[in-house]
Amino acid sequence: MREILIVAEKEFQDGLRNRWVLAITVVFALLAIGLAWFGAAASGEVGFTRISTTIVSLASLAVFLIPLIALMLAYDSIVGEDEQGTLLLLMTYPLSRTGLLAGKFLGHGAILALSTVLGFGLAAVMIIVLAEQATIANLAGPFSLFIISAVLLGWVFLALAYLISVVAREKARAAGLALLVWFVFVLVYDLALLGLLVGTEGRLDGGVFRFLLLLNPTDVFRLVNMTGFEEAAAASGLLSVFGDQSHSMGLLLSILIAWIVFPLGAAAGLFAARRT
Amino acid sequence: MKPIVELDRVERRFNGVHALKGLSLTLAPGEVLGLLGHNGAGKSTMMKLVLGVLAPTAGRVTVLGADPRGTGARSLRLQLGYLPENVSFYDNLSGREVIRYFSRLKRVPLREADQLLERVGLGHAANRRVRTYSKGMRQRLGLAQALLGEPRLLLLDEPTVGLDPMAVRDVYGMIDALRGKGTSVILCSHVLPGVERHIDRVAILCEGRLLASGTIDGLREQAGLPLRIHARGAGLNGTVRTRLNGHGVDIQADGDGSIRLIAPPTEKLHVLRALLEEPDLSDVTVEAPTLDSLYAYFDECGRTGGERHA
Repeated sequence: MREILIVAEKEFQDGLRNRWVLAITVVFALLAIGLAWFGAAASGEVGFTRISTTIVSLASLAVFLIPLIALMLAYDSIVGEDEQGTLLLLMTYPLSRTGLLAGKFLGHGAILALSTVLGFGLAAVMIIVLAEQATIANLAGPFSLFIISAVLLGWVFLALAYLISVVAREKARAAGLALLVWFVFVLVYDLALLGLLVGTEGRLDGGVFRFLLLLNPTDVFRLVNMTGFEEAAAASGLLSVFGDQSHSMGLLLSILIAWIVFPLGAAAGLFAARRT
Repeated sequence: MKPIVELDRVERRFNGVHALKGLSLTLAPGEVLGLLGHNGAGKSTMMKLVLGVLAPTAGRVTVLGADPRGTGARSLRLQLGYLPENVSFYDNLSGREVIRYFSRLKRVPLREADQLLERVGLGHAANRRVRTYSKGMRQRLGLAQALLGEPRLLLLDEPTVGLDPMAVRDVYGMIDALRGKGTSVILCSHVLPGVERHIDRVAILCEGRLLASGTIDGLREQAGLPLRIHARGAGLNGTVRTRLNGHGVDIQADGDGSIRLIAPPTEKLHVLRALLEEPDLSDVTVEAPTLDSLYAYFDECGRTGGERHA
Protein backbone atom coordinates (compact mmCIF):
# COMPACT_ATOMS: atom_id res chain seq x y z
CA MET A 1 0.00 0.00 0.00
CA ARG A 2 2.86 2.32 0.94
CA GLU A 3 4.46 1.71 -2.46
CA ILE A 4 1.18 2.42 -4.26
CA LEU A 5 0.98 5.82 -2.58
CA ILE A 6 4.60 6.61 -3.45
CA VAL A 7 3.91 5.88 -7.13
CA ALA A 8 0.65 7.85 -6.99
CA GLU A 9 2.39 10.83 -5.45
CA LYS A 10 5.08 10.80 -8.13
CA GLU A 11 2.48 10.69 -10.92
CA PHE A 12 0.49 13.47 -9.30
CA GLN A 13 3.56 15.67 -8.93
CA ASP A 14 4.50 14.96 -12.53
CA GLY A 15 1.03 16.20 -13.44
CA LEU A 16 1.54 19.41 -11.50
CA ARG A 17 5.01 19.90 -12.93
CA ASN A 18 3.99 19.28 -16.54
CA ARG A 19 1.19 21.83 -16.09
CA TRP A 20 -1.38 19.15 -16.87
CA VAL A 21 -3.48 20.12 -13.87
CA LEU A 22 -3.29 23.81 -14.71
CA ALA A 23 -4.05 23.30 -18.40
CA ILE A 24 -7.03 21.02 -17.84
CA THR A 25 -8.45 23.29 -15.12
CA VAL A 26 -8.20 26.39 -17.29
CA VAL A 27 -9.69 24.68 -20.34
CA PHE A 28 -12.64 23.33 -18.35
CA ALA A 29 -13.29 26.62 -16.59
CA LEU A 30 -13.16 28.67 -19.81
CA LEU A 31 -15.34 26.15 -21.58
CA ALA A 32 -18.01 26.23 -18.90
CA ILE A 33 -18.07 30.01 -18.51
CA GLY A 34 -17.99 30.52 -22.28
CA LEU A 35 -20.86 28.18 -22.88
CA ALA A 36 -22.86 29.73 -20.07
CA TRP A 37 -22.28 33.20 -21.49
CA PHE A 38 -22.67 32.54 -25.19
CA GLY A 39 -25.06 29.64 -24.93
CA ALA A 40 -27.97 31.85 -25.85
CA ALA A 41 -26.22 33.41 -28.84
CA ALA A 42 -28.18 31.13 -31.12
CA SER A 43 -31.38 32.79 -30.01
CA GLY A 44 -29.92 36.21 -30.69
CA GLU A 45 -28.84 37.37 -27.31
CA VAL A 46 -25.68 37.26 -25.24
CA GLY A 47 -25.72 36.73 -21.51
CA PHE A 48 -26.07 33.89 -19.07
CA THR A 49 -28.49 31.29 -20.28
CA ARG A 50 -30.55 28.81 -18.41
CA ILE A 51 -28.58 26.31 -16.37
CA SER A 52 -30.09 23.36 -18.21
CA THR A 53 -28.90 24.75 -21.56
CA THR A 54 -25.45 25.29 -20.14
CA ILE A 55 -25.23 21.75 -18.79
CA VAL A 56 -26.46 20.20 -22.00
CA SER A 57 -24.03 22.06 -24.22
CA LEU A 58 -21.23 21.54 -21.69
CA ALA A 59 -21.87 17.82 -21.65
CA SER A 60 -21.87 17.53 -25.43
CA LEU A 61 -18.45 19.23 -25.59
CA ALA A 62 -16.99 17.49 -22.55
CA VAL A 63 -17.84 14.13 -24.03
CA PHE A 64 -15.24 14.77 -26.74
CA LEU A 65 -12.67 16.49 -24.58
CA ILE A 66 -12.51 14.42 -21.38
CA PRO A 67 -11.80 11.04 -23.04
CA LEU A 68 -9.08 12.65 -25.16
CA ILE A 69 -7.41 14.26 -22.14
CA ALA A 70 -7.56 11.06 -20.09
CA LEU A 71 -6.10 8.96 -22.92
CA MET A 72 -3.30 11.49 -23.51
CA LEU A 73 -2.50 11.58 -19.81
CA ALA A 74 -2.05 7.85 -19.37
CA TYR A 75 -1.53 6.05 -22.70
CA ASP A 76 2.24 5.72 -22.15
CA SER A 77 2.24 4.99 -18.43
CA ILE A 78 3.44 1.38 -18.77
CA VAL A 79 4.88 1.26 -22.29
CA GLY A 80 6.76 4.50 -21.59
CA GLU A 81 8.38 3.09 -18.45
CA ASP A 82 9.23 0.01 -20.46
CA GLU A 83 10.97 2.04 -23.18
CA GLN A 84 13.08 4.05 -20.76
CA GLY A 85 14.13 0.92 -18.88
CA THR A 86 12.55 1.89 -15.57
CA LEU A 87 9.84 -0.77 -15.75
CA LEU A 88 12.34 -3.63 -15.40
CA LEU A 89 14.01 -1.71 -12.60
CA LEU A 90 10.74 -1.08 -10.74
CA MET A 91 9.93 -4.78 -11.02
CA THR A 92 13.03 -5.52 -8.93
CA TYR A 93 11.78 -3.20 -6.19
CA PRO A 94 9.32 -4.29 -3.51
CA LEU A 95 6.43 -3.25 -5.76
CA SER A 96 4.02 -5.59 -7.53
CA ARG A 97 2.79 -5.02 -11.07
CA THR A 98 -0.75 -4.50 -9.82
CA GLY A 99 0.64 -2.08 -7.25
CA LEU A 100 2.39 -0.06 -9.94
CA LEU A 101 -0.80 0.10 -12.00
CA ALA A 102 -2.88 1.03 -8.95
CA GLY A 103 -0.44 3.80 -8.04
CA LYS A 104 -0.56 5.18 -11.58
CA PHE A 105 -4.36 5.12 -11.56
CA LEU A 106 -4.53 6.86 -8.18
CA GLY A 107 -2.12 9.56 -9.31
CA HIS A 108 -3.65 10.18 -12.73
CA GLY A 109 -7.14 9.82 -11.30
CA ALA A 110 -6.38 12.52 -8.72
CA ILE A 111 -5.03 14.82 -11.45
CA LEU A 112 -8.21 14.42 -13.50
CA ALA A 113 -10.53 14.71 -10.52
CA LEU A 114 -8.79 17.78 -9.14
CA SER A 115 -8.75 19.65 -12.41
CA THR A 116 -12.33 18.70 -13.27
CA VAL A 117 -13.65 19.78 -9.88
CA LEU A 118 -11.53 22.94 -9.89
CA GLY A 119 -12.29 23.91 -13.49
CA PHE A 120 -16.03 23.31 -13.51
CA GLY A 121 -16.38 24.30 -9.86
CA LEU A 122 -14.74 27.65 -10.56
CA ALA A 123 -17.07 28.14 -13.49
CA ALA A 124 -20.07 27.33 -11.31
CA VAL A 125 -19.00 29.93 -8.76
CA MET A 126 -18.58 32.53 -11.50
CA ILE A 127 -21.99 31.77 -12.92
CA ILE A 128 -23.62 32.06 -9.52
CA VAL A 129 -21.93 35.39 -8.92
CA LEU A 130 -22.55 36.87 -12.35
CA ALA A 131 -25.88 35.48 -13.52
CA GLU A 132 -29.04 36.77 -11.95
CA GLN A 133 -31.22 33.72 -12.29
CA ALA A 134 -28.55 31.30 -11.04
CA THR A 135 -28.56 30.50 -7.36
CA ILE A 136 -26.70 27.92 -5.38
CA ALA A 137 -29.97 26.10 -4.90
CA ASN A 138 -30.76 25.53 -8.56
CA LEU A 139 -27.18 25.20 -9.77
CA ALA A 140 -25.70 22.86 -7.16
CA GLY A 141 -27.70 19.76 -8.10
CA PRO A 142 -27.18 19.55 -11.86
CA PHE A 143 -23.64 20.90 -11.70
CA SER A 144 -22.53 18.41 -9.04
CA LEU A 145 -24.00 15.58 -11.04
CA PHE A 146 -22.23 16.89 -14.12
CA ILE A 147 -18.89 17.11 -12.31
CA ILE A 148 -19.21 13.64 -10.76
CA SER A 149 -20.10 12.04 -14.08
CA ALA A 150 -17.29 13.96 -15.80
CA VAL A 151 -14.75 12.62 -13.29
CA LEU A 152 -16.11 9.10 -13.76
CA LEU A 153 -15.90 9.46 -17.54
CA GLY A 154 -12.29 10.58 -17.21
CA TRP A 155 -11.48 7.57 -15.04
CA VAL A 156 -13.13 5.24 -17.58
CA PHE A 157 -10.74 6.44 -20.26
CA LEU A 158 -7.79 6.32 -17.86
CA ALA A 159 -8.58 2.65 -17.31
CA LEU A 160 -8.78 2.11 -21.08
CA ALA A 161 -5.47 3.96 -21.46
CA TYR A 162 -3.74 1.52 -19.07
CA LEU A 163 -5.17 -1.38 -21.02
CA ILE A 164 -3.67 0.13 -24.19
CA SER A 165 -0.39 0.80 -22.41
CA VAL A 166 -0.09 -2.79 -21.24
CA VAL A 167 -1.02 -4.30 -24.61
CA ALA A 168 1.14 -2.06 -26.84
CA ARG A 169 4.86 -2.81 -27.05
CA GLU A 170 5.86 0.58 -28.46
CA LYS A 171 4.90 4.06 -27.41
CA ALA A 172 3.97 5.11 -30.95
CA ARG A 173 1.64 2.16 -31.30
CA ALA A 174 0.05 2.97 -27.96
CA ALA A 175 -0.59 6.53 -29.15
CA GLY A 176 -2.24 5.20 -32.31
CA LEU A 177 -4.37 2.78 -30.33
CA ALA A 178 -5.43 5.55 -27.96
CA LEU A 179 -6.58 7.66 -30.88
CA LEU A 180 -8.45 4.70 -32.31
CA VAL A 181 -10.20 4.04 -29.00
CA TRP A 182 -11.20 7.68 -28.82
CA PHE A 183 -12.63 7.60 -32.35
CA VAL A 184 -14.56 4.41 -31.72
CA PHE A 185 -16.17 5.45 -28.45
CA VAL A 186 -16.79 9.10 -29.22
CA LEU A 187 -17.65 9.09 -32.94
CA VAL A 188 -17.81 5.74 -34.68
CA TYR A 189 -20.04 3.96 -32.20
CA ASP A 190 -22.82 6.53 -32.45
CA LEU A 191 -22.50 6.75 -36.21
CA ALA A 192 -22.73 2.98 -36.48
CA LEU A 193 -25.82 2.97 -34.29
CA LEU A 194 -27.33 5.70 -36.41
CA GLY A 195 -26.51 3.69 -39.52
CA LEU A 196 -28.14 0.66 -37.96
CA LEU A 197 -31.22 2.66 -37.14
CA VAL A 198 -31.52 4.10 -40.65
CA GLY A 199 -30.58 0.82 -42.33
CA THR A 200 -33.32 -1.06 -40.57
CA GLU A 201 -35.70 1.81 -41.21
CA GLY A 202 -36.49 2.05 -37.57
CA ARG A 203 -37.64 -1.53 -37.31
CA LEU A 204 -34.89 -2.22 -34.79
CA ASP A 205 -36.42 -2.99 -31.46
CA GLY A 206 -36.25 0.00 -29.14
CA GLY A 207 -35.11 -2.16 -26.26
CA VAL A 208 -32.12 -3.50 -28.19
CA PHE A 209 -31.20 -0.01 -29.26
CA ARG A 210 -31.34 1.38 -25.75
CA PHE A 211 -29.25 -1.53 -24.58
CA LEU A 212 -26.63 -0.79 -27.25
CA LEU A 213 -26.52 2.86 -26.18
CA LEU A 214 -25.97 1.87 -22.57
CA LEU A 215 -22.93 -0.17 -23.61
CA ASN A 216 -20.97 2.93 -24.56
CA PRO A 217 -19.64 4.95 -21.60
CA THR A 218 -19.76 8.23 -23.53
CA ASP A 219 -23.44 7.72 -24.31
CA VAL A 220 -24.06 6.90 -20.68
CA PHE A 221 -22.38 10.18 -19.75
CA ARG A 222 -24.65 12.03 -22.16
CA LEU A 223 -27.68 10.28 -20.71
CA VAL A 224 -26.70 11.29 -17.18
CA ASN A 225 -26.52 14.95 -18.13
CA MET A 226 -29.11 15.36 -20.83
CA THR A 227 -32.12 13.42 -19.77
CA GLY A 228 -34.61 15.37 -17.81
CA PHE A 229 -33.94 18.62 -19.64
CA GLU A 230 -36.23 19.70 -22.43
CA GLU A 231 -33.30 21.28 -24.27
CA ALA A 232 -31.82 17.84 -24.48
CA ALA A 233 -34.12 16.74 -27.24
CA ALA A 234 -32.50 19.13 -29.70
CA ALA A 235 -28.94 18.61 -28.60
CA SER A 236 -28.79 14.94 -27.88
CA GLY A 237 -29.55 13.47 -31.28
CA LEU A 238 -29.58 9.74 -30.81
CA LEU A 239 -30.59 9.95 -27.19
CA SER A 240 -34.04 11.16 -28.20
CA VAL A 241 -34.79 7.48 -28.69
CA PHE A 242 -35.16 7.33 -24.96
CA GLY A 243 -37.90 9.93 -25.12
CA ASP A 244 -39.07 10.91 -21.73
CA GLN A 245 -38.29 7.50 -20.38
CA SER A 246 -35.57 8.31 -17.91
CA HIS A 247 -33.15 5.81 -16.46
CA SER A 248 -32.32 5.51 -12.86
CA MET A 249 -29.25 7.60 -12.14
CA GLY A 250 -27.90 4.74 -10.04
CA LEU A 251 -27.91 2.42 -13.04
CA LEU A 252 -26.14 4.95 -15.28
CA LEU A 253 -23.42 5.72 -12.74
CA SER A 254 -22.96 2.00 -12.05
CA ILE A 255 -22.37 1.43 -15.76
CA LEU A 256 -19.64 4.09 -15.70
CA ILE A 257 -18.05 2.49 -12.64
CA ALA A 258 -18.16 -0.91 -14.33
CA TRP A 259 -16.35 0.66 -17.28
CA ILE A 260 -13.60 1.71 -14.86
CA VAL A 261 -13.35 -1.57 -12.98
CA PHE A 262 -13.30 -4.01 -15.90
CA PRO A 263 -10.65 -2.39 -18.11
CA LEU A 264 -8.48 -1.80 -15.04
CA GLY A 265 -8.90 -5.43 -14.03
CA ALA A 266 -8.08 -6.57 -17.56
CA ALA A 267 -5.01 -4.33 -17.65
CA ALA A 268 -3.81 -5.70 -14.30
CA GLY A 269 -4.41 -9.28 -15.43
CA LEU A 270 -2.58 -8.87 -18.74
CA PHE A 271 0.24 -6.96 -17.05
CA ALA A 272 0.74 -9.68 -14.44
CA ALA A 273 0.80 -12.33 -17.17
CA ARG A 274 3.38 -10.44 -19.19
CA ARG A 275 6.90 -11.78 -19.40
CA THR A 276 8.74 -8.55 -18.75
CA MET B 1 28.39 -20.62 4.80
CA LYS B 2 25.15 -20.80 2.85
CA PRO B 3 25.42 -19.51 -0.69
CA ILE B 4 23.84 -16.15 -1.51
CA VAL B 5 22.56 -17.35 -4.85
CA GLU B 6 21.95 -20.92 -5.85
CA LEU B 7 20.74 -22.02 -9.26
CA ASP B 8 19.89 -25.69 -9.49
CA ARG B 9 19.45 -27.15 -12.98
CA VAL B 10 17.51 -24.10 -14.07
CA GLU B 11 15.71 -24.17 -17.42
CA ARG B 12 13.98 -21.27 -19.07
CA ARG B 13 12.05 -21.43 -22.31
CA PHE B 14 10.41 -18.58 -24.16
CA ASN B 15 8.00 -19.51 -26.93
CA GLY B 16 10.32 -21.72 -28.93
CA VAL B 17 13.57 -20.32 -27.56
CA HIS B 18 15.50 -22.40 -25.05
CA ALA B 19 17.25 -19.54 -23.24
CA LEU B 20 18.77 -21.46 -20.32
CA LYS B 21 19.62 -25.16 -20.44
CA GLY B 22 20.14 -26.81 -17.08
CA LEU B 23 22.15 -24.04 -15.49
CA SER B 24 23.64 -24.74 -12.04
CA LEU B 25 25.64 -22.06 -10.32
CA THR B 26 26.32 -20.77 -6.81
CA LEU B 27 27.55 -17.49 -5.44
CA ALA B 28 29.20 -17.35 -2.01
CA PRO B 29 28.85 -14.39 0.38
CA GLY B 30 31.25 -11.61 -0.47
CA GLU B 31 32.11 -13.14 -3.80
CA VAL B 32 32.30 -11.20 -7.05
CA LEU B 33 31.23 -13.30 -10.01
CA GLY B 34 31.95 -12.17 -13.53
CA LEU B 35 29.28 -13.43 -15.89
CA LEU B 36 30.57 -13.53 -19.46
CA GLY B 37 28.85 -14.50 -22.66
CA HIS B 38 27.99 -13.18 -26.09
CA ASN B 39 24.68 -11.51 -26.84
CA GLY B 40 21.83 -13.96 -26.33
CA ALA B 41 23.92 -16.32 -24.23
CA GLY B 42 21.39 -16.07 -21.40
CA LYS B 43 23.11 -13.56 -19.11
CA SER B 44 20.14 -11.20 -18.80
CA THR B 45 17.69 -14.09 -18.47
CA MET B 46 19.78 -15.46 -15.61
CA MET B 47 19.81 -12.07 -13.90
CA LYS B 48 16.04 -11.74 -14.26
CA LEU B 49 15.60 -15.18 -12.70
CA VAL B 50 17.76 -14.19 -9.73
CA LEU B 51 15.83 -10.93 -9.40
CA GLY B 52 12.54 -12.81 -9.49
CA VAL B 53 11.26 -10.89 -12.51
CA LEU B 54 11.05 -14.17 -14.42
CA ALA B 55 10.12 -17.62 -13.16
CA PRO B 56 12.20 -20.63 -14.21
CA THR B 57 10.47 -23.13 -16.50
CA ALA B 58 12.15 -25.90 -14.51
CA GLY B 59 14.73 -26.13 -11.76
CA ARG B 60 15.10 -24.08 -8.60
CA VAL B 61 16.39 -20.57 -7.91
CA THR B 62 17.28 -19.65 -4.33
CA VAL B 63 18.39 -16.14 -3.40
CA LEU B 64 19.44 -15.29 0.17
CA GLY B 65 17.86 -18.57 1.20
CA ALA B 66 14.44 -17.83 -0.27
CA ASP B 67 12.50 -18.16 -3.51
CA PRO B 68 12.76 -14.76 -5.29
CA ARG B 69 9.15 -15.13 -6.47
CA GLY B 70 7.79 -16.60 -3.25
CA THR B 71 5.98 -15.01 -0.34
CA GLY B 72 9.13 -13.47 1.11
CA ALA B 73 10.03 -11.78 -2.17
CA ARG B 74 9.11 -8.33 -0.93
CA SER B 75 11.59 -8.24 1.93
CA LEU B 76 14.10 -10.09 -0.21
CA ARG B 77 13.99 -7.31 -2.79
CA LEU B 78 14.93 -4.74 -0.17
CA GLN B 79 18.30 -6.49 0.00
CA LEU B 80 18.95 -6.58 -3.74
CA GLY B 81 20.49 -3.93 -5.92
CA TYR B 82 20.21 -4.00 -9.68
CA LEU B 83 21.65 -1.89 -12.45
CA PRO B 84 19.92 -2.71 -15.75
CA GLU B 85 21.79 -2.53 -19.02
CA ASN B 86 19.75 0.27 -20.56
CA VAL B 87 18.06 2.68 -18.27
CA SER B 88 17.48 6.34 -19.08
CA PHE B 89 15.27 7.24 -16.08
CA TYR B 90 12.73 10.06 -15.96
CA ASP B 91 13.82 12.91 -18.21
CA ASN B 92 11.66 15.49 -16.49
CA LEU B 93 12.93 14.82 -12.99
CA SER B 94 16.23 15.96 -11.54
CA GLY B 95 18.83 13.41 -10.50
CA ARG B 96 17.98 14.06 -6.87
CA GLU B 97 14.25 13.52 -7.48
CA VAL B 98 14.91 10.24 -9.31
CA ILE B 99 17.14 8.83 -6.56
CA ARG B 100 14.67 9.98 -3.88
CA TYR B 101 11.76 8.29 -5.66
CA PHE B 102 13.63 5.00 -5.73
CA SER B 103 14.89 5.42 -2.18
CA ARG B 104 11.34 5.86 -0.90
CA LEU B 105 10.25 2.73 -2.75
CA LYS B 106 13.12 0.90 -1.10
CA ARG B 107 12.47 2.42 2.35
CA VAL B 108 15.86 4.09 2.50
CA PRO B 109 16.27 7.45 4.29
CA LEU B 110 16.48 10.40 1.88
CA ARG B 111 19.76 11.47 3.46
CA GLU B 112 21.38 8.23 2.35
CA ALA B 113 20.07 8.80 -1.19
CA ASP B 114 21.71 12.23 -1.30
CA GLN B 115 24.97 10.79 0.02
CA LEU B 116 24.95 8.15 -2.71
CA LEU B 117 24.62 10.86 -5.35
CA GLU B 118 27.75 12.46 -3.95
CA ARG B 119 29.50 9.11 -3.82
CA VAL B 120 28.96 8.38 -7.52
CA GLY B 121 30.09 11.89 -8.38
CA LEU B 122 26.74 13.41 -9.29
CA GLY B 123 26.57 15.86 -6.38
CA HIS B 124 27.17 18.87 -8.63
CA ALA B 125 24.44 17.80 -11.09
CA ALA B 126 21.89 16.62 -8.53
CA ASN B 127 19.43 19.43 -9.25
CA ARG B 128 19.71 19.26 -13.01
CA ARG B 129 17.10 17.44 -15.01
CA VAL B 130 18.05 13.94 -16.15
CA ARG B 131 17.25 15.11 -19.69
CA THR B 132 20.55 17.02 -19.69
CA TYR B 133 22.62 14.06 -18.40
CA SER B 134 25.18 12.28 -20.56
CA LYS B 135 25.16 8.50 -20.95
CA GLY B 136 27.88 8.24 -18.33
CA MET B 137 25.96 10.38 -15.85
CA ARG B 138 22.85 8.26 -16.30
CA GLN B 139 24.97 5.19 -15.67
CA ARG B 140 26.27 6.77 -12.45
CA LEU B 141 22.71 7.55 -11.41
CA GLY B 142 21.81 3.93 -12.11
CA LEU B 143 24.68 2.79 -9.97
CA ALA B 144 23.64 5.08 -7.11
CA GLN B 145 20.15 3.60 -7.38
CA ALA B 146 21.54 0.05 -7.26
CA LEU B 147 23.51 0.84 -4.09
CA LEU B 148 20.44 2.13 -2.19
CA GLY B 149 19.96 0.39 1.15
CA GLU B 150 23.37 -1.33 1.17
CA PRO B 151 22.19 -4.44 -0.67
CA ARG B 152 23.60 -7.84 0.24
CA LEU B 153 23.50 -8.88 -3.40
CA LEU B 154 24.27 -6.56 -6.25
CA LEU B 155 23.58 -7.39 -9.90
CA LEU B 156 25.30 -5.13 -12.37
CA ASP B 157 24.54 -5.48 -16.09
CA GLU B 158 27.32 -3.84 -18.09
CA PRO B 159 28.12 -1.24 -15.43
CA THR B 160 31.01 0.33 -17.32
CA VAL B 161 29.40 0.83 -20.73
CA GLY B 162 29.55 4.45 -21.79
CA LEU B 163 31.83 5.50 -18.95
CA ASP B 164 35.12 7.31 -19.44
CA PRO B 165 38.28 5.57 -18.13
CA MET B 166 38.28 7.51 -14.87
CA ALA B 167 34.67 6.60 -14.19
CA VAL B 168 35.40 2.96 -15.01
CA ARG B 169 38.12 3.03 -12.35
CA ASP B 170 35.65 4.55 -9.90
CA VAL B 171 33.16 1.78 -10.58
CA TYR B 172 35.76 -0.94 -10.09
CA GLY B 173 36.94 0.80 -6.94
CA MET B 174 33.38 0.79 -5.63
CA ILE B 175 33.03 -2.92 -6.40
CA ASP B 176 36.26 -3.61 -4.50
CA ALA B 177 34.99 -1.60 -1.51
CA LEU B 178 31.68 -3.50 -1.53
CA ARG B 179 33.48 -6.81 -1.74
CA GLY B 180 35.47 -5.77 1.31
CA LYS B 181 32.22 -5.18 3.16
CA GLY B 182 30.93 -8.63 2.27
CA THR B 183 28.51 -7.72 -0.52
CA SER B 184 28.12 -10.36 -3.18
CA VAL B 185 28.22 -9.08 -6.74
CA ILE B 186 27.24 -10.54 -10.09
CA LEU B 187 28.86 -8.53 -12.82
CA CYS B 188 27.79 -8.96 -16.45
CA SER B 189 30.29 -7.62 -18.86
CA HIS B 190 31.42 -7.58 -22.46
CA VAL B 191 34.21 -5.22 -21.55
CA LEU B 192 36.85 -7.65 -20.44
CA PRO B 193 40.19 -5.85 -20.16
CA GLY B 194 40.82 -4.61 -16.65
CA VAL B 195 38.00 -6.51 -15.01
CA GLU B 196 40.18 -9.50 -13.97
CA ARG B 197 41.55 -7.95 -10.82
CA HIS B 198 38.10 -7.13 -9.50
CA ILE B 199 36.39 -10.50 -9.81
CA ASP B 200 36.86 -13.67 -7.79
CA ARG B 201 35.25 -16.11 -10.15
CA VAL B 202 34.20 -16.24 -13.77
CA ALA B 203 31.22 -18.02 -15.30
CA ILE B 204 31.08 -18.27 -19.08
CA LEU B 205 27.69 -18.79 -20.67
CA CYS B 206 27.10 -19.86 -24.23
CA GLU B 207 23.69 -20.50 -25.75
CA GLY B 208 22.11 -21.02 -22.35
CA ARG B 209 24.69 -23.47 -21.04
CA LEU B 210 27.45 -22.93 -18.50
CA LEU B 211 30.68 -23.58 -20.43
CA ALA B 212 33.13 -22.97 -17.65
CA SER B 213 33.21 -21.56 -14.17
CA GLY B 214 35.99 -21.08 -11.68
CA THR B 215 38.74 -18.73 -10.64
CA ILE B 216 40.70 -17.11 -13.42
CA ASP B 217 43.76 -19.18 -12.53
CA GLY B 218 41.66 -22.31 -12.55
CA LEU B 219 40.32 -21.48 -15.98
CA ARG B 220 43.83 -20.79 -17.25
CA GLU B 221 44.89 -24.20 -16.09
CA GLN B 222 41.85 -25.80 -17.65
CA ALA B 223 42.34 -24.06 -20.96
CA GLY B 224 46.11 -24.67 -21.10
CA LEU B 225 46.62 -21.63 -23.27
CA PRO B 226 50.28 -20.82 -23.97
CA LEU B 227 52.22 -18.20 -22.04
CA ARG B 228 53.92 -15.34 -23.80
CA ILE B 229 57.37 -14.52 -22.52
CA HIS B 230 59.46 -11.62 -23.70
CA ALA B 231 63.17 -11.71 -22.87
CA ARG B 232 65.64 -8.91 -23.51
CA GLY B 233 69.40 -9.21 -23.78
CA ALA B 234 72.22 -9.65 -26.27
CA GLY B 235 72.69 -12.95 -28.08
CA LEU B 236 69.82 -14.81 -26.43
CA ASN B 237 68.57 -16.34 -29.63
CA GLY B 238 71.20 -19.05 -30.16
CA THR B 239 71.86 -20.56 -26.74
CA VAL B 240 68.29 -20.38 -25.40
CA ARG B 241 67.03 -22.06 -28.54
CA THR B 242 69.34 -25.03 -27.98
CA ARG B 243 68.58 -25.18 -24.24
CA LEU B 244 64.81 -25.31 -24.80
CA ASN B 245 64.89 -27.64 -27.73
CA GLY B 246 62.26 -30.36 -27.40
CA HIS B 247 60.12 -28.57 -24.80
CA GLY B 248 57.47 -27.39 -27.24
CA VAL B 249 58.54 -23.76 -26.98
CA ASP B 250 58.20 -21.52 -29.99
CA ILE B 251 60.90 -18.86 -30.17
CA GLN B 252 60.95 -15.81 -32.37
CA ALA B 253 63.83 -13.37 -32.54
CA ASP B 254 63.23 -9.65 -32.61
CA GLY B 255 65.60 -7.42 -34.53
CA ASP B 256 67.26 -5.92 -31.44
CA GLY B 257 68.45 -9.24 -30.06
CA SER B 258 65.52 -9.81 -27.71
CA ILE B 259 63.33 -12.89 -28.14
CA ARG B 260 59.66 -13.76 -27.77
CA LEU B 261 58.74 -17.20 -26.51
CA ILE B 262 55.37 -18.90 -26.68
CA ALA B 263 55.41 -21.75 -24.17
CA PRO B 264 52.88 -24.22 -22.78
CA PRO B 265 51.96 -23.21 -19.19
CA THR B 266 53.55 -26.38 -17.78
CA GLU B 267 56.93 -25.28 -19.12
CA LYS B 268 56.85 -21.87 -17.46
CA LEU B 269 59.48 -22.48 -14.78
CA HIS B 270 61.66 -24.48 -17.11
CA VAL B 271 61.74 -21.61 -19.60
CA LEU B 272 62.46 -19.08 -16.87
CA ARG B 273 65.34 -21.13 -15.51
CA ALA B 274 66.79 -21.45 -18.98
CA LEU B 275 66.55 -17.71 -19.44
CA LEU B 276 68.10 -16.90 -16.06
CA GLU B 277 71.17 -18.91 -16.91
CA GLU B 278 71.93 -16.48 -19.71
CA PRO B 279 74.52 -13.99 -18.43
CA ASP B 280 73.40 -11.29 -20.86
CA LEU B 281 69.69 -11.38 -19.91
CA SER B 282 68.57 -7.91 -18.89
CA ASP B 283 64.76 -8.20 -18.55
CA VAL B 284 61.94 -10.74 -18.66
CA THR B 285 58.17 -10.20 -18.87
CA VAL B 286 55.71 -13.06 -18.50
CA GLU B 287 52.22 -12.59 -19.87
CA ALA B 288 49.59 -15.06 -18.65
CA PRO B 289 46.61 -15.54 -21.00
CA THR B 290 44.20 -12.62 -20.52
CA LEU B 291 40.57 -13.08 -19.57
CA ASP B 292 39.90 -11.94 -23.10
CA SER B 293 41.70 -14.90 -24.65
CA LEU B 294 40.27 -17.32 -22.08
CA TYR B 295 36.78 -16.18 -22.96
CA ALA B 296 37.52 -16.51 -26.67
CA TYR B 297 38.89 -20.01 -26.08
CA PHE B 298 35.90 -21.29 -24.08
CA ASP B 299 33.40 -19.58 -26.32
CA GLU B 300 34.99 -21.24 -29.35
CA CYS B 301 34.77 -24.62 -27.58
CA GLY B 302 31.13 -23.99 -26.76
CA ARG B 303 30.22 -23.14 -30.31
CA THR B 304 31.93 -26.12 -31.89
CA GLY B 305 30.57 -28.35 -29.13
CA GLY B 306 27.11 -27.00 -29.79
CA GLU B 307 27.43 -27.77 -33.45
CA ARG B 308 28.43 -31.31 -32.72
CA HIS B 309 25.22 -31.76 -30.74
CA ALA B 310 23.10 -30.29 -33.48
